[in-house]
Amino acid sequence: MAKIRGAIVVDTVTCKGCSLCVEACPTDVIRLADEVNGKGYNFAYMFNPEACIGCANCAMVCPDSCITVYKMKVEETV
Amino acid sequence: MAIDIKDIIKPENLVYSKSSLLTNRPMHYCPGCSHGVVNKIIAEVIEELGIQEDVIGVAPVGCSVLMYNYIEVDWHEAAHGRAPAVGTGIKRLLPEKYVFTYQGDGDCAAIGTAETIHACNRGENIVMVFINNGIYGMTGGQMAPTTLQGMKASTCPFGRDVQRDGNPLKMTDIVATLPGTCYVTRQAVHTAAAVRKTKKAIIKAFENQKNKKGTSFVEVVSTCNSGWKMTPMESNKWMEANMFPFYPLGDLKNE
Amino acid sequence: MREIRLMKGNEAIAEAAIRCGADGYFGYPITPQSEVMETLMALKPWETTGMVVLQAESEIASINMLYGGAGCGKKVMTSSSSPGISLMQEGLTYLAGAELPCVVVNVVRGGPGLGTIQPAQSDYFQAVKGGGHGDYKLIVLAPSSVQEMADFVELAFDLAFKYRNPAMILSDGMIGQMMEKVEMKPYRPRWTSEEIANLHPWATTGKPKSRERNIITSVELDANAFEVFNHKLQKKYQQMEEEEVRFEEFQCDDADYLFVAYGSSARICQKSVQILRGKGVKVGLLRPITLFPFPSKKIAELSNRLKGILSVEMSAGQMVEDVKLAVGCKVKVEHFGRYGGVIHSPEEVVDALEKKIIGG
Repeated sequence: MAKIRGAIVVDTVTCKGCSLCVEACPTDVIRLADEVNGKGYNFAYMFNPEACIGCANCAMVCPDSCITVYKMKVEETV
Repeated sequence: MAIDIKDIIKPENLVYSKSSLLTNRPMHYCPGCSHGVVNKIIAEVIEELGIQEDVIGVAPVGCSVLMYNYIEVDWHEAAHGRAPAVGTGIKRLLPEKYVFTYQGDGDCAAIGTAETIHACNRGENIVMVFINNGIYGMTGGQMAPTTLQGMKASTCPFGRDVQRDGNPLKMTDIVATLPGTCYVTRQAVHTAAAVRKTKKAIIKAFENQKNKKGTSFVEVVSTCNSGWKMTPMESNKWMEANMFPFYPLGDLKNE
Repeated sequence: MREIRLMKGNEAIAEAAIRCGADGYFGYPITPQSEVMETLMALKPWETTGMVVLQAESEIASINMLYGGAGCGKKVMTSSSSPGISLMQEGLTYLAGAELPCVVVNVVRGGPGLGTIQPAQSDYFQAVKGGGHGDYKLIVLAPSSVQEMADFVELAFDLAFKYRNPAMILSDGMIGQMMEKVEMKPYRPRWTSEEIANLHPWATTGKPKSRERNIITSVELDANAFEVFNHKLQKKYQQMEEEEVRFEEFQCDDADYLFVAYGSSARICQKSVQILRGKGVKVGLLRPITLFPFPSKKIAELSNRLKGILSVEMSAGQMVEDVKLAVGCKVKVEHFGRYGGVIHSPEEVVDALEKKIIGG
């Protein structure tokens, strides 16, 4: 059975930790890190990468264009 | 068998990345600001339409005064409220180029009311983007022409009193009544679905300009979480509950 | 063959604009200069040279349309009269701050306030001292005939583009409305887009891959960087003072006394010189053609052998301050002028010289 798997790459330098992506994610993939970037922001990261479906909702609402999205079909063998 | 993240993050699997027309300069907007989203959408639209070499943008005074730092096109930075007049001057002299103005609520609907209305009334063949967050962000959260009744701002700290301050102004409704406008719409960018719709609206606005149809006016009801003194997520919820009933989303005119 | 026409000063401005290859005129009607736009609209240059003419909703819009057009490297102009020019001051400081060339014609009327529609020279300060906020200058040309109204349009554009700075033609209701014969210049073609790209690489014409994007702006949040930019502006104004001073002398060689007067006042003072010479008084006239840059050096040089100077202007005394600055305290400098729309007579000027300078 084919399954969609996605992944995001966050530019942790420019991320301002606004958490709009956290809210926009339909599969609860993203959270803000406990650590901070050079500007002192808790940047976004994939907390639950297995759940990412590559829908790009997070990237679309990101005001700082710091999310890149990848998506692929994965054939799962049972 | 578990798939490694590294197997997904490959060029052939790329589905969304930052527009190549956005510069590498980090945006100066506050975390969660709607301006960043709309700036990005405009860059994506120009890139997708392949019109980069023919676009001249006009930035306002307000939070987006430095917008010219972010999109790789030629720019004018206009005086407060004058972007539609500056855009008129550019478009009249370079009619084959694409001209867009980008203004906040103070710029477009207070100090620049005359320029906005008359550019629309002449049907200047330009795209006008209007960011309405109901507050003056750049100067620190003062009352805007679009501040809702009862909404607090630093110059109406107990809420907008319409007896004293007048009523919030629906500039988009006003310009929709003018024969010079061909497309007038009110959108938002608080969800991915809303972002898609706003992008479609801005694409349509630029296509109208290509087809010499007149003024296309796109309002984006936006948040200013710093000025509203809320988190970005609270701001989105507050906007849905309070701004949308007064500034309902959708097309006001589509000819 | 020479082409000589009888026309009003305001009409000459319009005709000259088309002939010198102007790309656009944006304006708003106000007496006593509305003939400029009326003439342009009647001549329909968009059908011949391709020049755009548009009536804006206000002077504020007009000057900002200039900001748009000028940023594209186009030759753009507007005209107005005193209250309208006051409204344009915001736009003018932005144009100067963004280093944009354009031509603004001010056919001055009496002020302050709504004032009167009769001629005056009381906009000297707002023309030569900047006018809006910040440290900037306009190039200011003062025509004293209808011929100069026509000639200075091209000159103003040339200087504006040479220095990337707004230029103002400071006229008044008398020269705007009077009719004189004018020798028209031949048509100069408008710049092509290729010429604009070559001549004005800063112009926003849409960003080709071959260059970085062009940004027309006057904002700089880094104070140190902005001071450096201001130094650059000041250097430009100094260069204007060294290279662009223009004036005309009448019978200054043997003069004991001097009138300094520009525009309409200079015409009147020529007659006053004749009257006084008839009485045996050796008087001359220096007529500044550029009010900024001001002919300070010339006035200082003349003052070494003068007994007194009368600055004659249709104002309560504005240019007189620059004459005094030029002279220092070497000789007596006084002001004379009727104002509020009243034009002085040559006899009044004679009387003023005799009482304030010779007898004073």
